[in-house]
Amino acid sequence: MYQGIRIAGFGGQGVVSAGILLAQAGVEDKKNASWLPSYGPEMRGGTANCSVVVTDGEVYTPIVSAPDTVIVMNEPSLPKFEPLLKKGGVLILNSSLINSRPTRTDIQTVCVPCNQIAEDLGMARIANLVALGAFIKITGAVSLQSVADAMKKVYKRAKPEMLELNKKALQAGYDFVK
Amino acid sequence: MTEKTLRKGNEALAEGAIRAGARFFAGYPITPQNEVPEYMSAYMADAGGAFVQAESEVAAINMVYGAAATGTRSMTSSSSPGISLKQEGITYLASADLPCLIVNVMRGGPGLGSINGAQGDYFQATRGGGNGDYRVIVLAPNSVEELGNFPKLGFELAEKYRMPCMILADGILGQMMESMSFNFDPIDPNTLGKLDWAVDIEKNGRPKRKVFSYKGDSLIADVLERAKRYGLMEKTEARWEERNTEDCDVLLVAYGLSSRACLEAVNKAKEEGLKVGLFRPITLWPFPSKRLNELAQKTKAVLTVEQSLGQLVQDVKLAVDGAAPVYLNAYPAGGQPDGNSILTAVKSCLNGGKEGLFDLQEHAGDFAYSCERDASLGMQGDCKGGK
Repeated sequence: MYQGIRIAGFGGQGVVSAGILLAQAGVEDKKNASWLPSYGPEMRGGTANCSVVVTDGEVYTPIVSAPDTVIVMNEPSLPKFEPLLKKGGVLILNSSLINSRPTRTDIQTVCVPCNQIAEDLGMARIANLVALGAFIKITGAVSLQSVADAMKKVYKRAKPEMLELNKKALQAGYDFVK
Repeated sequence: MTEKTLRKGNEALAEGAIRAGARFFAGYPITPQNEVPEYMSAYMADAGGAFVQAESEVAAINMVYGAAATGTRSMTSSSSPGISLKQEGITYLASADLPCLIVNVMRGGPGLGSINGAQGDYFQATRGGGNGDYRVIVLAPNSVEELGNFPKLGFELAEKYRMPCMILADGILGQMMESMSFNFDPIDPNTLGKLDWAVDIEKNGRPKRKVFSYKGDSLIADVLERAKRYGLMEKTEARWEERNTEDCDVLLVAYGLSSRACLEAVNKAKEEGLKVGLFRPITLWPFPSKRLNELAQKTKAVLTVEQSLGQLVQDVKLAVDGAAPVYLNAYPAGGQPDGNSILTAVKSCLNGGKEGLFDLQEHAGDFAYSCERDASLGMQGDCKGGK
């Protein structure tokens, strides 16, 4: 198993933090994992993205130039990352904020209303975890439990009730994908 | 072996340095190595050491110069343009025979360049960016794990041979997070004992110790004496890693991050039935020339993969010494190799193609250049300007 992932969205949507969580979950699963942010001159409200690799073997380069899976959380990220996807790759699309749809027909697209689901749970900020839950259901790259374990390490200062809410968002995304 | 944890490259390096007994750090901020001084500012004091944010890179390396003279495990870190500024201090450290650790988290160049990871400082690191006949031990990690564990190796080599050691990483290694573990227990430098040349408070009638950058008698004798250590290192301290090298048609040579992309190419090649191996120098100086030459005898072609415009390839050619044709697959100024593009170059090596192979003169092709002058504007420096 070698899973290369790109997660993209607005700065503030938690795409970078979702990536760290995913990499930490890979480590919890005793797999090898890497995470790399886009650290160029980014601005608040601009686009942010990160590369994650989770694998049973060795991580090659942490720059995922041809991802197996792309998670796009906002409109500007779709045209930027859709072309990078491997043939047969999975595109997870936040349909709450993205009206366009991918033009490629050689990929699998899964639309998840991440913000809608998150708001129903009471907090729009956890839309990133909804997307991550959907990702886990589709790819099986890591387990739900390992992400829950990873949360305790990545969000060290989070209140217990916040962790609970995060787990609910993760589960809701997981359950949304049939 | 401790349990693997997820760490950022720069932070693993800083933590590794403190664990290795570094007790003096001076630096000046620059992307993409900022997490190193940031980490030091938070944890160095707890370890009983000193962190100084210097007023400039030049000041930082000279603070290290002073601290190193006391035998304290001292270090600085920076990125490419900042390392250029430190060169004067590095050549003085070398001339004073002082051990220290210098970290270069390389970015694109020349000049200000970009903040993307690159490998353009190979010449500067291995040839000595400062003046005079000197060498610096250069360690090239290719993972967060090695970033964390090389500071210990670096200090030990630097102290053993009394010379500066550089860890040559790049922006991607510094910025990435990866699972890693430390392969050594934290070292309390107070238990290591005082180095017999280090300056400190004179007591019990012991003769005074002095550290000079110029000893004043015969420079020729000093340089030749020091060169014996360099020669000994070339014979005994070269380090490298080999993958699939025993039976390969194309031998890839790469260090640092590009060696990881090469590993992807090695595995992809295997799927396609091609025999490709990887030789990864871990010490860039001393360069593992002897072993590389042995391997080159048995292969059809050697392909250097580097994120620079033909720097590593020069050492490779010197080592291979005509035993096999040497080709270059180059990604300068922040370009990033991946398995597919390397594999394309591998195939060119085998079938005589050109795709993916870089040659400076072929790159120029029939490009012609002429410098034009506009006579109506007068000479440069003519304050009155033109007509």
